[in-house]
Amino acid sequence: MANDADLTGHDAAPEMCADPSSAAAAPQPPKHSARRALTKITRGTYLKEAALKNLFLLCAFVAVAGVALIFIFVGIKGWPIFGKVGIFDFLGGATWFPTKGHFGILPLIINSLLAMTGALVLGGPLAVGTAVFLSEVASPRARALVRPAVELLAGIPSVVYGFFGLVLLRPIIADLFGGLGFGLLTVWLILAVMIVPTIATLTEDALNSVPEGIREASYSMGATKWQTIWRVLLPAAKIGIIDAIILGMGRAIGETMAVVMVAGNASVIPADVLKPFLTLTTVIVMDMPYASGDHRTALFGVAIILFVISMIFVAAIRVISRFGKRVG
Amino acid sequence: MQSQERVNKNVTNGIALAVIWLAAIATVGALGTILVYVFVNGIGQLTPTFIFTNPHGVLMEGGIWPTIQATLYVTALAMLITTPIAVLAAVYLAEYAVQGRLVQTIRFAADSLASVPSIVMGLFGLSLFVEGLGMRLSAIAAALSLAFLLLPIIVRTTEESIRAVPKYIRWGSYGLGASKWQTVSRIVLPSALPRITTGVILAAGRAAGETAVVIYTMGTMINAPVSPMDPGRTMPVDLMLKAQEGINVPSAYGTAMLLVLMVLAFNLVARWIGRRNRRMQG
Amino acid sequence: MSERLASLLQDQASVGSGRDKFEVKKLDFFYDKFNALTDITVGIAEHAVTAFIGPSGCGKSTFLRCLNRMNDLIPGTRVEGQILLDGQEIHGPGVDPVDLRRRVGMIFQQPNPFPMSIYDNVAYGPRLHGMRKKSELDGIVEESLKRANLWKEVKDILGRGGLTLSGGQQQRLCIARVLAVEPDVLLMDEPCSAIDPTSVQKVEDLMAELKDRITIVIVTHNMQQAARVSDFTAFFLQEMAGEPAHLIEFERTAALFTSPKDKRTEDYITGRFG
Repeated sequence: MANDADLTGHDAAPEMCADPSSAAAAPQPPKHSARRALTKITRGTYLKEAALKNLFLLCAFVAVAGVALIFIFVGIKGWPIFGKVGIFDFLGGATWFPTKGHFGILPLIINSLLAMTGALVLGGPLAVGTAVFLSEVASPRARALVRPAVELLAGIPSVVYGFFGLVLLRPIIADLFGGLGFGLLTVWLILAVMIVPTIATLTEDALNSVPEGIREASYSMGATKWQTIWRVLLPAAKIGIIDAIILGMGRAIGETMAVVMVAGNASVIPADVLKPFLTLTTVIVMDMPYASGDHRTALFGVAIILFVISMIFVAAIRVISRFGKRVG
Repeated sequence: MQSQERVNKNVTNGIALAVIWLAAIATVGALGTILVYVFVNGIGQLTPTFIFTNPHGVLMEGGIWPTIQATLYVTALAMLITTPIAVLAAVYLAEYAVQGRLVQTIRFAADSLASVPSIVMGLFGLSLFVEGLGMRLSAIAAALSLAFLLLPIIVRTTEESIRAVPKYIRWGSYGLGASKWQTVSRIVLPSALPRITTGVILAAGRAAGETAVVIYTMGTMINAPVSPMDPGRTMPVDLMLKAQEGINVPSAYGTAMLLVLMVLAFNLVARWIGRRNRRMQG
Repeated sequence: MSERLASLLQDQASVGSGRDKFEVKKLDFFYDKFNALTDITVGIAEHAVTAFIGPSGCGKSTFLRCLNRMNDLIPGTRVEGQILLDGQEIHGPGVDPVDLRRRVGMIFQQPNPFPMSIYDNVAYGPRLHGMRKKSELDGIVEESLKRANLWKEVKDILGRGGLTLSGGQQQRLCIARVLAVEPDVLLMDEPCSAIDPTSVQKVEDLMAELKDRITIVIVTHNMQQAARVSDFTAFFLQEMAGEPAHLIEFERTAALFTSPKDKRTEDYITGRFG
């Protein structure tokens, strides 16, 4: 596959020489150092290198197979619901009451978007600020403290975030604002922290890849640090930061375990940020243990939607990056 | 006038930098709060009985030993399955691939795989491995599902590690009459090994803390798996169920603390390898 | 081979073996569509030192890398014309570039020891080609390090990492590493530009010793170096940006530096451009 040429660095597939010894029989020069004949590639060498290359390609192809398999195997379990309910009624239906035969996931979609948006509003600035701190402001010592903290935040399992939200944050919210503490506000706070490492790491990479000369040019014109950051660096790293934010959005909308513990899980669009709500991901956790028949199919249908949303985010990043390259 | 402008400029600068400092402090503060809270509440739980004995009774009193075993088992299995494939895939992308449609497809697929929500990966594992291939709820079904989750992570860190090996070191090898595979296997991979290992360890931490994938592929039955076909309940799943149902919350604190400790340990080991490597090369 | 060159070689049979190791005929080199080198015809004398000089970007390193097909490793490169090694076409059907590189070794501008011990660095090549016996490897490592004039300095620290040596020692380690696979030809791509002056002296002395058994081609920015170490000198020039580079003049080193035939060579060696 691809280009076999670079196996040996030869431009054309080499002609096989089954018998290397025939090449070795070149005439020997009379004096000085011996003139050896050039060796041909043996079939064995060629086949070995080609086999290895194709083995590696096969491994790389597992990723493609993975995406296809997910599509197929989530698809076969979930697709029937689109036929049964109709894709528009599934996506646009306002009532999710599966035990009564209502399979409208619009409230779940809206709730997921609400959860994501709030997390982004809170977590985005926090993450970008942290990234700017790491890349532009921090002393080496401060950096040596903050960067591992960001890495650790990325490593903490989502179930621990959820547990933390449940046992510490939820009671605090309940005390401050009344109610039980389950709801959008608690989810926003938890998700905001969870998306910080994703956005901060990628934003820092983007800032670090801005050439040093640009900073110097700005400072040499009398710009303050903040002016340099705001007018030069952030615009220069814009594409990378947008990519980072989209990935953060993907992380937020796909997050399950942390949300399920603090969302309260009621299948309506919440009237305010302190009321329980259900999202695309949490509905699966809540209903899967007992769902059967169409209900179960509908949950797989929700998974298809989640998968498609995540693919759209990835595709968006591709398009933006390509566009960014063209603009310069 | 001009000096007024300069004052404004400096005031703005000061305020903005203070805000950036605040963001960093908030991030560290969030981590600190989580760690301190989990530690303070969890440390009392961490007795040998808690770690090394089986639970008993309706409230799951006693220890969580089977969940620890199940976690380690499924993590090890997932790493065994993923690491070789991911490393070789990264070798392809970094050393063999020629830019083109094929490589673009592979990269797009890897990026997509990396952003699949874990709950979707869980349902996928349920559909393909548990039900489709008849593996039932088992360690192997969980490990295979986790493998798809970890693959893009390890591929990316490994590819970066391989690309970080300087070009001229490769030339040295080719210049001595080494074939591509000889150069890759004897020079490039050994040079990249510390960084590859770091990536693999961090991925293992991810696997060990994963809940949504494991709950649908390995189930919730308390069991220490012996064969890959055995079901089991991992620590994250255990924590989630206890927290959801509000049973035995002290034990949930203990599990949360152990999970955090585990992540800390993985991070420290990865960091240590990275630092040792820098010292050796510097 | 040009007639002039042939007569030159006959006159000067004392230099080298009196025979060409490489014969390059009408070579053109392309990066994708860009024609980087054109119409290079030159003979490289066996057991002599040939220097390639010229301003940066004149294609001399590219040409050097054609001689052991290192350019094959860069996607999109292409060669037209002929390069004969001992009368055999190196781009001939089925010729193994891997084995070619073993016979035509290469030293790079940046010393590039592998991140492993001094011993393992030198033993790397022989091991690649199947040698396993410790006693034989020991012999080759010692012999190669001696030929590279590095043995005295490292004989007690063979287990230490190659990267712990100084830049000049690293470069001689790389030379020892190449010598261990017994190449016929040593291509040196600005081998002295990244090392300290004392080490330069050592590497230059080494070249004089090695040429009894090996054909050496060196690319250098430094005209004094070319004058000191080489028997033949080739001057390359890219006259216009975007145009391919040419071989302007090829002569005995003494002749080229004292009485260049081409005006452009004269301008270059007297420092008028480049």
